[in-house]
Amino acid sequence: MRKYLLKRVFYMILTLFLVATITFFLMKLMPGTPYSNQEKMTPHQIQIMNEQYGLNKPIWMQYLLYLLGMLHGDLGTSFQFSNQPVSYLISSRIGASAQLGIQAMIFGIFFGVIVGSIAAINRNTWIDTTSTVLSIIGKSVPNFVLAVLLQYYIALKLGWFPIADWGGFSYTILPTIALGVGPLAETARFIRTGMVDVLNSDYIELAKSKGLSRFGIVYHHALRNSLIPLVTLIGPYTVALMTGSMVIENIFSIPGIGEQFVKSILTNDYPTIMGVTMLFSAGLVAVILLTDIIYGIIDPRIRLSGNED
Amino acid sequence: MAERILDVKNLEINFHTYAGDVKAIRDVSFHLNKGETLAIVGESGSGKSVTTKSLMGLLANNAEVMGGSIMYHGKDILKNSEKQMQNIRGKEIAMIFQDPMTSLDPTMKIGQQIAEPLIKHKKIEKKKAWAQALDILKLVGITNAEERIKDYPHQFSGGQRQRIVIAIALVCYPEILIADEPTTALDVTIQAQILQLMKELQSKIETSIIFITHDLGVVAGMADRVAVMYAGQIVEYGTVDEIFYNPQHPYTWGLLNSMPTLTSTTLEAIPGTPPDLLDPPKGDAFAARNPYAMKIDVEQKPPFFKVSDTHYAATWLLHPDAPKVTPPKEIVRRHQLFAKMTAHESV
Ligand SMILES: Nc1ncnc2c1ncn2[C@@H]1O[C@H](COP(=O)(O)OP(=O)(O)OP(=O)(O)O)[C@@H](O)[C@H]1O
Ligand SMILES: [Mg+2]
Repeated sequence: MRKYLLKRVFYMILTLFLVATITFFLMKLMPGTPYSNQEKMTPHQIQIMNEQYGLNKPIWMQYLLYLLGMLHGDLGTSFQFSNQPVSYLISSRIGASAQLGIQAMIFGIFFGVIVGSIAAINRNTWIDTTSTVLSIIGKSVPNFVLAVLLQYYIALKLGWFPIADWGGFSYTILPTIALGVGPLAETARFIRTGMVDVLNSDYIELAKSKGLSRFGIVYHHALRNSLIPLVTLIGPYTVALMTGSMVIENIFSIPGIGEQFVKSILTNDYPTIMGVTMLFSAGLVAVILLTDIIYGIIDPRIRLSGNED
Repeated sequence: MAERILDVKNLEINFHTYAGDVKAIRDVSFHLNKGETLAIVGESGSGKSVTTKSLMGLLANNAEVMGGSIMYHGKDILKNSEKQMQNIRGKEIAMIFQDPMTSLDPTMKIGQQIAEPLIKHKKIEKKKAWAQALDILKLVGITNAEERIKDYPHQFSGGQRQRIVIAIALVCYPEILIADEPTTALDVTIQAQILQLMKELQSKIETSIIFITHDLGVVAGMADRVAVMYAGQIVEYGTVDEIFYNPQHPYTWGLLNSMPTLTSTTLEAIPGTPPDLLDPPKGDAFAARNPYAMKIDVEQKPPFFKVSDTHYAATWLLHPDAPKVTPPKEIVRRHQLFAKMTAHESV
């Protein structure tokens, strides 16, 4: 098991190295410069600025310096956000993003599992049909549309929740819903399909023949077996939440990473773009490893092969 | 006379499908005596599984019981609520399934799977239930049971898994055990072990068994009585000796003829296919495949004719006015053996 983990961690580092390399060179190909008012600057001023940020060095040198800095936890200095270190920018903003992402994930999976299970148990009835239609809507409505609708009707018209900004828990509710409805719909659809299969399986027939109640059968046998394939979705969800957060954080003025990322792209703030890209990649790679570990925990058949590895 | 613990009368079950109503069970009556093993044999699709599922109240959603009764302890099971059926299932009537590779929950320790019926029906706590599960696991012959009780299904072989399925079925000491082709999915040596185990356990646990199979070969050593099913009906029933050595229905002849024996080297499968149960024939359902069929077989459903107190067959050949026919050679041989056996007994 330890050997397996070491191997996985090695591949994670390799992946991150490749991401860093590719992003670094792609970014250099982006049109424009980091200076918003370049027209008004003299060539001399630009030269001084370039020297200050290390932009006058050859690209391969910049690249090596960046990698070296990263090893020490130094992600460079932001061009845009009052010359703060990128690592500080990230650490001061990651809390809001992480809270929003985790809440959206929990919200989506929890209610998705409930809706999907109810649909599967009542398959081919109006309950099932309703849930399918709602899932399709939930999946196809873009989250920014939903965000704006929620903001307008629930926050502005009804005044139940704050319109925007980041304060207590009540500020998180609408963005969580806006971000979590996609995963919810996806989960519901996924669980529904999986559980219909499971409910038709022989071991459910055997569970019935034991005299277990309907609830007992679903809770003790069907649920766990339908949850296993869901684990594979955690990775894609993470991606969806990361990208979704960029839009949602902007709409709700949440001081998170996503909001910062959008700004840094618009202003060619290279160190911040790099930093956030590396953060998202590291997060994703970690989630993928976590997924496999969770898989092993809830599916005993996989646990065995993990031991053999 | 033996005590009847289960009495099925005139059972009729339809399945509603898009193509129409499948008349899967058509006027089936049989009973189960206390402590005996009743085998139900018949080709695929004859209605064996549907019959037993109706005993458990586990029919598919599109099934409808059109008539009949299943008397158990003086009560008609068919009138029970789902809740009442839950209290019978696993406790008084238990079931062993065909495919041990798929009938255990892959994500639950086998100890818990065996303990579940105890926790449900005997209302005992988990620890005690596991202790009893361990006892039954030893009883069904799992070696090193103390360790293995914590394992998951994929860690066991097919034969071991069927032993575990049997343990689950027997853990509450049910009065009736239904075994629906319990050995079909296993290879021959394991098959024999499982059958042997079932026989041993039957005497230890004092349960009555309904043994479903399409293989007459395994019936001889297992059953006390046999019911032969064809196209949703029982066409002949009697003691094992009566069915094996004095069969009367041409379908039973066909089944016995298609069974490998020491003397016959060629297998003769019954030609043709069973009728479409969406629109079953009005006469003897077997008529179309029956080389001995008469005109009346096509027109009118034969009633049961009594052969002995325990032996009945639904074929017009037993009508007093029917012409005498000569059964296949193998059946004639069996009839001669039967004549010798009975002559021996009466001496
Ligand atoms: N849910 C269902 N819907 C429609 N028809 C069904 C359904 N279940 C069973 N049947 C039909 O009922 C008939 C009897 O099926 P059953 O499963 O009892 O056969 P069987 O004797 O157990 O056969 P096998 O040896 O293959 O297990 C078949 O014609 C089958 O097609
Ligand atoms: Mg069957």
